[in-house]
Amino acid sequence: MEKKIMLGNEAIARGAWEAGVKVSSAYPGTPSTEISESLVQYKADIYAEWAPNEKVATEVASGASISGVRSMCCMKHVGVNVAADPLYTMSYIGVNGGMVLVAADDPGLYSSQNEQDSRSVGRAAHVPVIEPSDSQEAKDFMKYAFELSEKYDTPVILRTTTRLSHSQGLVTLEDRVVPEDKPYERNIKKHVMMPAMAKQRHLHVEQRELDMSADGASMPINRVEMNDKKIGVITCGIEYQYVKEVLPNASVLKLGLVNPLPKQMILDFAAQVEELYVIEELDPVIEEQVRSWGIACHGKDLLTVQGEYSANLLRKAILHEELDLETPADVPARPPILCPGCPHRSVYSVLKKLNIHAAGDIGCYTLGAVAPLNVVDTTICMGASISSLHGMEKAKGKEYVKNWVAVIGDSTFLHTGVNSLMNMVYNQATGTVMILDNSTTGMTGHQDHAATGKTLQGDPTYAIDIYNLVKAMGIEHVVEVNAFDIKKLEEVVKEETARDEISVIITKSPCVLLKGNVFPNKCVPIPEKCKKCGMCLRPGCPALTKKEDGTIAIDETMCNGCGLCKNVCPFGAIETVEK
Amino acid sequence: METKNIMIVGVGGQGTLLTSRILGGIALHEGYDVKLSEVHGMAQRGGSVVTYVRYGDKVAEPIVEEGQADILIAFERLEAKRYAHFLKKDGAIIVNDQRMDPITVVTGAAQYPEGILEELSQKYKVYSVDAMAEAKKLGNARVFNIIVLGIAAQHMDYSKETWLTVIEKTVPPKTVEINKKAFEVGYSL
Repeated sequence: MEKKIMLGNEAIARGAWEAGVKVSSAYPGTPSTEISESLVQYKADIYAEWAPNEKVATEVASGASISGVRSMCCMKHVGVNVAADPLYTMSYIGVNGGMVLVAADDPGLYSSQNEQDSRSVGRAAHVPVIEPSDSQEAKDFMKYAFELSEKYDTPVILRTTTRLSHSQGLVTLEDRVVPEDKPYERNIKKHVMMPAMAKQRHLHVEQRELDMSADGASMPINRVEMNDKKIGVITCGIEYQYVKEVLPNASVLKLGLVNPLPKQMILDFAAQVEELYVIEELDPVIEEQVRSWGIACHGKDLLTVQGEYSANLLRKAILHEELDLETPADVPARPPILCPGCPHRSVYSVLKKLNIHAAGDIGCYTLGAVAPLNVVDTTICMGASISSLHGMEKAKGKEYVKNWVAVIGDSTFLHTGVNSLMNMVYNQATGTVMILDNSTTGMTGHQDHAATGKTLQGDPTYAIDIYNLVKAMGIEHVVEVNAFDIKKLEEVVKEETARDEISVIITKSPCVLLKGNVFPNKCVPIPEKCKKCGMCLRPGCPALTKKEDGTIAIDETMCNGCGLCKNVCPFGAIETVEK
Repeated sequence: METKNIMIVGVGGQGTLLTSRILGGIALHEGYDVKLSEVHGMAQRGGSVVTYVRYGDKVAEPIVEEGQADILIAFERLEAKRYAHFLKKDGAIIVNDQRMDPITVVTGAAQYPEGILEELSQKYKVYSVDAMAEAKKLGNARVFNIIVLGIAAQHMDYSKETWLTVIEKTVPPKTVEINKKAFEVGYSL
């Protein structure tokens, strides 16, 4: 059989294909995005889409499942919060065709706003959670997840983490096997969750958890590797790999099913080993349950609840090894920044000049919070810029928010910002919302969305017109401005923030990294005219540096020619010339 | 075979992912077990990025840790210094001799360190190249990363033909020729 080197996320997509999945819906979010992108290659067999948000994606998968086919939805951990509403009730409804929700957690916060643990969501929603440890298992477990889903009449969460999703390993490929579509039968006792029905289904949910817990010992995804019995380790996910590096001779109970836990299997294992360790990143989900059964073990007494683990971390914490390591060099940090030519930088340079505070949102433009821009004051979650601005106005009055705007990207606006804006209209807000429309979902690597005119699978489609959408809510003052026209933008921001009515400013300019979006010019300094004032450096474009004599150098390989530096220079000391 | 540990470090957008995929392809071609670990998402926007490549008879952990790297491929000087402590005592650094100021230096909050290569040379085997200049000679500045890879390849046990075969299979079809040329430049430096 062919072996291929695959990203964890590619392996998850492959597993879905091999399992006969027919429908997938998702919203992009690191580290889950590549699953859907990878599904595109199976276009002939799987319908895969970008939904505006994770709640919608989960409901699409739910409908497909009820109709009788295998379906999936994918999201990052915080997306699971958005999807919580359908997830908690699909737990009661169960499935017809198998249904899997892929939840991608981000221990270590590579690209997220919190470090939550999706295993806890599984526990709370009474939904089984399974967790692979490498790319091969990512594919195999995905297939097994559908078997579990159909056998136990439940949606299943396949939990992955950044390290697993974004690591590559060898995977043995197999063929696609499509189970026959399950017949659909009208069954309101199972499919309509009104109180009388839900009461009965809750019984099913509780029994299901007991059954799965009991059956756990015979599931191939749970296995005991009995070795030296002095140390026994219960572990799951990527942590298993670190355990194998550090404790090759220890006995290991490797759990694939992390909710519900296979209780008897754990009790049996614990009884055979002298000292028991539970090694799990983030929350002590397994450890607390094990302790609640009266079993003594080590876990978070030695290991952190924050960030990723590693072999060295276990060597220090468990073996108390003193590692002879070089001290890291003390070097300047290199945090992520807005790209040269990014339209967000242009918008922020105007807000900075006007000393306006921004209630921020989730996307590349969150980077406007840090130096040298220092414009964004808050970032909570998708869509919160608009609703939190509204809260500030209701708390402090309309004069207070004349010094504020909400900033939100086009994809994030369509995700959940729309609802927040409706709330502003309905509840008579006067604040100013800026939609930074760069025609893509930028941070996650340029995915299409409902306003780009293209589907995930590359087909042309209707593009929602954000201007008309906002207008249709009844907002009178809606202005579209080119993000790089800083003069016009400054006038518009002054006028709209001063107004005693709600207004929306849509700044338009495509993301500079989008294919085919090339500025025709490059920026060139004219040292004779330079007064060394540093105005051009204020927007923080990485292509510009100050030379020793105080004049400016522009790195030709980095400059994208957007002309922002030229526009902010009061002395005409930067010009744009054709590339 | 004992597991080989390679790290590729640089600035988001410099092409560390393509380079690591070629290394992964080499390991697969030679029949080894291999794991790679990458960074996607926010850090790719001009931040410090690191990719790990591990191959051998059986690989468990997908990341390389402090004191374990055999080879550090650095696409920028400061990043070479940032990750040098990941090297084994006799490890080798292949560094693209280029300076890219991080935003902390641009805003004046920090100073770009001087004499990085000299300092690293006292502890490690350092091979430096102005790959950007070499790439421009080829007419495509973007292939500088493959030139750096060509130098690294001199310190690994695979034939030039193997490398070229894997490059052909890994890079986008339109860029096969230029990438092969870039590799040959690095391999003969």
